[in-house]
Amino acid sequence: MEDVVIVDGHARGIIAKNLVTGKLERFTANAVVIATGGYGNTYFLSTNAMGCNCTAAVQCYRKGAYMANPSYVQIHPTCIPVHGDKQSKLTLMSESLRNDGRIWVPKKLEDAKALQAGTKKGSDIPEEDRDYYLERRYPAFGNLVPRDVASRAAKERCDKGFGVNNTGLAVFLDFSESINRLGLDTILQRYGNLFDMYEEITDVNPGEVANEINGVKYYNPMMIFPAIHYTMGGIWVDYELMTTIPGLFSIGECNFSDHGANRLGASALMQGLADGYFVLPYTIQNYLADQALWGKVPTDRPEFDEAEKAVNAEIDRLMGIHGKRSVDSIHKELGHIMWEYVGMGRTKEGLEEGLKQLKALREEFNTNLFIPGKKEGLNIELDKAIHLRDFILMGELVAYDALHREESCGGHFREEHQTEEGEAKRDDEHFFYVGCWEYQGDDNKTPELIKEPLEYEAIKVQTRNYKN
Amino acid sequence: MARNISFTIKYWKQNGPQDQGHFDTHEMKNIPDDTSFLEMLDILNEELIEAGDEPFVFDHDCREGICGMCSLYINGTPHGKTERGATTCQLYMRRFNDGDVITVEPWRSAGFPVIKDCMVDRTAFDKIIQAGGYTTIRTGQAQDANAILIPKDNADEAMDCATCIGCGACVAACKNGSAMLFVSSKVSQLALLPQGRPEAAKRAKAMVAKMDEVGFGNCTNTRACEAVCPKNEKIANIARLNREFIKAKFAD
Repeated sequence: MEDVVIVDGHARGIIAKNLVTGKLERFTANAVVIATGGYGNTYFLSTNAMGCNCTAAVQCYRKGAYMANPSYVQIHPTCIPVHGDKQSKLTLMSESLRNDGRIWVPKKLEDAKALQAGTKKGSDIPEEDRDYYLERRYPAFGNLVPRDVASRAAKERCDKGFGVNNTGLAVFLDFSESINRLGLDTILQRYGNLFDMYEEITDVNPGEVANEINGVKYYNPMMIFPAIHYTMGGIWVDYELMTTIPGLFSIGECNFSDHGANRLGASALMQGLADGYFVLPYTIQNYLADQALWGKVPTDRPEFDEAEKAVNAEIDRLMGIHGKRSVDSIHKELGHIMWEYVGMGRTKEGLEEGLKQLKALREEFNTNLFIPGKKEGLNIELDKAIHLRDFILMGELVAYDALHREESCGGHFREEHQTEEGEAKRDDEHFFYVGCWEYQGDDNKTPELIKEPLEYEAIKVQTRNYKN
Repeated sequence: MARNISFTIKYWKQNGPQDQGHFDTHEMKNIPDDTSFLEMLDILNEELIEAGDEPFVFDHDCREGICGMCSLYINGTPHGKTERGATTCQLYMRRFNDGDVITVEPWRSAGFPVIKDCMVDRTAFDKIIQAGGYTTIRTGQAQDANAILIPKDNADEAMDCATCIGCGACVAACKNGSAMLFVSSKVSQLALLPQGRPEAAKRAKAMVAKMDEVGFGNCTNTRACEAVCPKNEKIANIARLNREFIKAKFAD
C-alpha cells in the first residue's frame, strides 16, 4: 500500500503498487483497515521478517493519523548474537527456552576475557564460577523475568565486560542443569527443533556433552543477546480501533493499543486474534451503520487521481536521485544510529545526537541514493527504497518520543531515570499519558505532541517488582 | 571462529516467464563461513549494485525457516538440502569450500512460472489451499479450550504435517512436477483432527482436482520430494491423501 485515499474527510480507499508489474492500482471501499505490522525493521537488524515495513502506517500518519508512543520498542533477550556486518537479520530463539535454560556469564573477568579471546569455552567454566545474574538479581522470578528486564540485565553484564563471545556482546543460556535433572530426551522433546535451528546457524549443538568437571556433565551453552523484536507503539486508535481519520482502522501490531509500554510473552498473537476476531467485527459496524446511505465511491474521483499522481511523482523522484549508495547500505547506517542512540539504554545527549544523524541520513538518502533498473516491472530495490524512506521518518519519531519522555517506562529506558539498583524509574506525575505525534506537512518538520491522559478506574497503578 | 572462503557463483538470470534465461557468474571473495546463503547473495547484490548493475532477484522473507518464501535450487538440489532438513535461508556457507562453483537456479515447474531470475510465482499453491485447505470455524467468540479433546499422538502427527511451509521444494525435485507431498500434508493436518471432519468428504477431491488444473503432475513414488523436504514431510501423507480421496469418492 502506497497511500490511503481520503474523500470528504473519510478513508475511502487505497493506492497500492503491484510489485510484479510495477503498476499503481486503485481500490475503493466503505472503510479501510490496515493490519500491516510494526516498525521493528527500522533498526535494520531485528527478528522481523525481511519484508516487514511500516510504509502503510507511516503513510496514514502523513495523512493525519496520530502515531502514538513510538518509543515503546520491545527488545527480546533470547536472540542469536550478531556475528558480523554482513548479517541481514537476527534469529529469535524461542522464549520458552528460559523455562529450562539458565542464563549466566562468568563471575571472574579473566574467564570472560578468555571466552572473548576464544581460549576457553563456556563448558570449561565450572558451576561455582558462573554468575546466574537473573537468579541473583531477581530471586522471585529468576530466569523468567519479563523481556525488558532480562535484556537490560544482559546489557549491564556485557557493558561491565562479562560478555562471552568475540564481540563481548553475548551471554550464555545453559541447559546442563535441566538435562542432568530431566534427561536429554525430555529436553529434546520440548526444544528439539530449537536446538536443531541453533546448530544449523552456529554449528554448536546445545544438546551435546562438552565437558565433565568433578563428575558433573556440562553441555554446550547457547549464546544469546537482546535484539529488536516488537513495537508496542503505533497508530493511535480509539476503543473501536478507529484512527483519528474517520473510516480508517488499524489492528494488530500496527496500532498502539493493548500492550501499553511493554508487551508480555505470547500477547502479540493474542492481539492479532482479539483485534481481528473479537473486536473489529463488532466495532466496525458502528461506523458502517452510519455509512449505509453512502454509495460506492468510484475510483475515478479526483481524490484518487491526486493520490496516484503524488505516489507516481514520489517514485519518479526516488528513481531520479541517481546517487551512489545502495538502499541496504543506507538502511544499515540507519540501524546503527537507532541501535546506538535510540536502543536499549537512552540518554538525552544520545537522542539529540541520534536525531541530528537521522536528519543527515535523510539528506544522504535524498541526494545519494541509487536505484538500478526501471520503475516499470519488478524492481526490488525501488520497493526497498520506498520502505527505507519511511523507516527514516519512523526512526525520528521513536527518537522524538524517547527524548521527550523523561522517565523510564516499559520498553523505554532512559539512563538518567533509574533507581540505585539500575531498575526503571517511572514518573507518573509528569508522564502519565499516551504521547501522540501529529505530522506537520513535511518529513523534515518536527511533529507536534498531543497528550492523551490515562485514566484507570478499576485497578491501582503500581510499580513492577520481580525481586521478592 | 569463522574462516573465509572464496568461490564462484553461477546464478540464473531470466527477465520474465517468456525470456529464455541464462547463467551469470561472479567471483565471491573472502566470504565468512558463518554467513547464511541468502546473506551471501545480499553481498553479491551489493557488489552488483555498486557496479551499476541490476541485482539478482530471489524470494525470501522471514530468514528463519518458517515462512516458505526462499526457494533456490542449489547445486542441483532444492534448498541445497542439508542432512537435517533446512530451507535455503538456514543454509550456511560453512557447508561450502574454497574454490567451489556454486550453481543457483529457480524452481523449475510448469506450475511455477518465473517472475524474474530465481523468483517464481507460487500462486498455484494458494489456489490449491483455497480449493479445500481450510476448516469452518465460527468466529466472534472463543470456545472452551477443553471442548474437543485430542490425543497427544494425533496432535503431534497433525503438527508434523502442518509444519509443511508450502515452499514448493517437493515440486521442484519431482520428475513429474507433482505437488502431492504438499497437498497430502495439507490434507493430513486437517484429516487427523476432528475440526477437519466437516469438510473431509470434499476436501481431498477438491484439492486434487485443483492440483491437476493448475498444472502439477502425478505421483509415481520416486520419493524425491521426501528426500528434499526442508520440513521432513513423509510420503505416508500421500497414502493418507489417497485414502481420503477414495473415501470421498465412495461418498459420492
